[in-house]
Amino acid sequence: MKILVCVKRVLDPQVKARVKADESGVDLANAKMTMNPFCENALEEALRLREAGIGEEIIVASVGGGKTEETLRHGLAMGADRAIQVVTEETLEPLAIAKVLKQVAEQEGVGLVLAGKQAIDDDSNQTAQMLSALLGWSQATYCSEIKIDGDKATVIREVDAGLETIEVKMPAVMSADLRLNEPRYVKLPDVMKAKRKPMDKIELDSLGLDTANRLTTLKVEEPEGRAAGVIVNSVSELVEKLRNEAKVI
Amino acid sequence: MANLVIVEHDNNEVAAATLHAVTAAQQIGGDIDLLVAGENCGAVAEAAAKIAGVSSVKVADDAKFGHHLAENLATLIVEVAAGYSHVLASATTFGKNVMPHASALLDKAQISEIVEVKSADTFVRPIYAGNALATVQSSDSIKMITVRTIKFEAAAAEGGSASVEAISGGTDTGLSSWVSQAVSDNDQVDLTSAKIVVSGGRGMQSGDNFSMLHSVAEKLGAAVGASRAAVDSGFVPNELQVGQTGKVIAPDLYIAVGISGAIQHLAGMKESKVIVAINNDSEAPIFQVADYGLVADLFEAVPQLDAAL
Ligand SMILES: Cc1cc2nc3c(=O)[nH]c(=O)nc-3n(C[C@H](O)[C@H](O)[C@H](O)COP(=O)(O)OP(=O)(O)OC[C@H]3O[C@@H](n4cnc5c(N)ncnc54)[C@H](O)[C@@H]3O)c2cc1C
Ligand SMILES: Cc1cc2nc3c(=O)[nH]c(=O)nc-3n(C[C@H](O)[C@H](O)[C@H](O)COP(=O)(O)OP(=O)(O)OC[C@H]3O[C@@H](n4cnc5c(N)ncnc54)[C@H](O)[C@@H]3O)c2cc1C
Repeated sequence: MKILVCVKRVLDPQVKARVKADESGVDLANAKMTMNPFCENALEEALRLREAGIGEEIIVASVGGGKTEETLRHGLAMGADRAIQVVTEETLEPLAIAKVLKQVAEQEGVGLVLAGKQAIDDDSNQTAQMLSALLGWSQATYCSEIKIDGDKATVIREVDAGLETIEVKMPAVMSADLRLNEPRYVKLPDVMKAKRKPMDKIELDSLGLDTANRLTTLKVEEPEGRAAGVIVNSVSELVEKLRNEAKVI
Repeated sequence: MANLVIVEHDNNEVAAATLHAVTAAQQIGGDIDLLVAGENCGAVAEAAAKIAGVSSVKVADDAKFGHHLAENLATLIVEVAAGYSHVLASATTFGKNVMPHASALLDKAQISEIVEVKSADTFVRPIYAGNALATVQSSDSIKMITVRTIKFEAAAAEGGSASVEAISGGTDTGLSSWVSQAVSDNDQVDLTSAKIVVSGGRGMQSGDNFSMLHSVAEKLGAAVGASRAAVDSGFVPNELQVGQTGKVIAPDLYIAVGISGAIQHLAGMKESKVIVAINNDSEAPIFQVADYGLVADLFEAVPQLDAAL
């Protein structure tokens, strides 16, 4: 079974996002970027499926501009066999990205698509679900365990109430939660090897899809900060303040 | 304008989160109808009809909707959505799972986790773990929306008298089937609606030590929460995780014990009215958002707190 893993380039999770002075967006100039952490979990799972003899070729794909190649190279260094960059300088919405990924999944004839459950920049939490709808394939989101057995898979999903187990028919689209696995570290020889792995570039326009955005971002602003608090010296002072000043207990 | 709110429920009761989505619909304006899809969910439909401000409740009672599997439920939403300008659901794992699926079938964008309604087509939503707020305007004919519950009051659960209409429709896609749900401890106060939350982090060192927090929580009528590090370390189950990728909560009082205050954790609790931090590292970032900070060893401070209550 061929596996497609969808990966996104995002601001490093350790870096605090800063809003641009003109309120047009978040300032990413010279910021440290990485592969979205959930996408690393998705890729790690694909690698383990291959190691278990269930997955064969693993393709990492990303929709994005010039530097997206770096993120795909990281995916190749982790162990993917080849990469596809759908090149666009525009910022597409999840629906458009799902349309693009659908085309890639169909052209490549994959039997499983793995994605992150959400991208930590836009926090949309949509792409995998949309892709499942467009492909007409089973959907399994927020996976913390995946077991594939022939034409079906059993997955454990992290939901608000705890853990839900569902069974899905293959082919399927699955989205990874952080507890699915611990992504492997990339070693220097892997980085060298990744340089020689194939990287296809497809111009977005050549796909002939309607990827027009439906939303216009009018402005991006910083949320209101919290007023500075106080340091109390003892538990009794804390309890006194909670009772008489904040009146919350 | 007409709003359709997808009701979240367990075939017995309407989930509290839905009441917040109804309020968002009220702010958008126009009629509000509810869609209840489930199996043997008559009681839910009856309760839904009593929610203040609702015109009508459509009920699709069918085994194929019994476990709210996204593929089946989305086909029904698509059929019903045709008559509406706005379709809303709460931004819980229920809403987040099904709404994008339905949106894609309708070829509409989804506006995720709105925190404010500016007008019928313009909404504010957090991005970058809440470190920025984006105001977005939608050009779609049907606006597909998930609602961040903490930013909208709950609509009154009683006082309405909506009509109830049974409908059929939707497809049994046969793609997925439900197997089981790990049931968590029902005696505990619900994290998302609790007025007070006591959360523990890696500093707790073990699951057993969480009993200290449970004891404090019991005295305060509080729920217990956790950081991701505490969940990843196996101290507590995943449903207790607060943060960007866990639950987003805004209780009146949030007590963070042995939690450093990473951006991703703050994303889930910084809207709390009063924040208390107990941490032995005075440099911990949690103190920057705390109203009351106590620099102390939690293994001394928490038993003292317990005794003082
Ligand atoms: C300021 C600003 C505001 C925005 N507001 C909105 C908005 O309100 N609504 C909206 O829909 N969009 C909005 N966008 C568009 C946004 O840029 C996102 O790129 C796009 O919506 C994808 O969302 P996400 O990455 O959060 O997707 P998610 O659905 O959270 O991503 C989940 C997974 O999908 C896969 N994936 C996502 N993107 C790609 C990709 N490019 N290539 C390959 N795989 C991918 C990855 O596996 C990822 O882990 C906004 C953009 C900006 C700059
Ligand atoms: C993509 C992504 C998503 C994430 N999502 C979430 C999320 O949803 N929720 C979340 O919480 N995190 C999330 N994280 C993880 C987050 O970045 C932090 O790693 C995590 O919140 C740290 O948990 P912690 O504060 O318990 O642990 P630590 O950062 O290790 O902090 C432990 C604290 O305990 C204090 N301490 C230790 N011993 C004592 C003692 N005896 N007395 C008092 N204090 C003591 C220490 O001083 C320290 O400040 C996410 C990370 C990523 C990359």
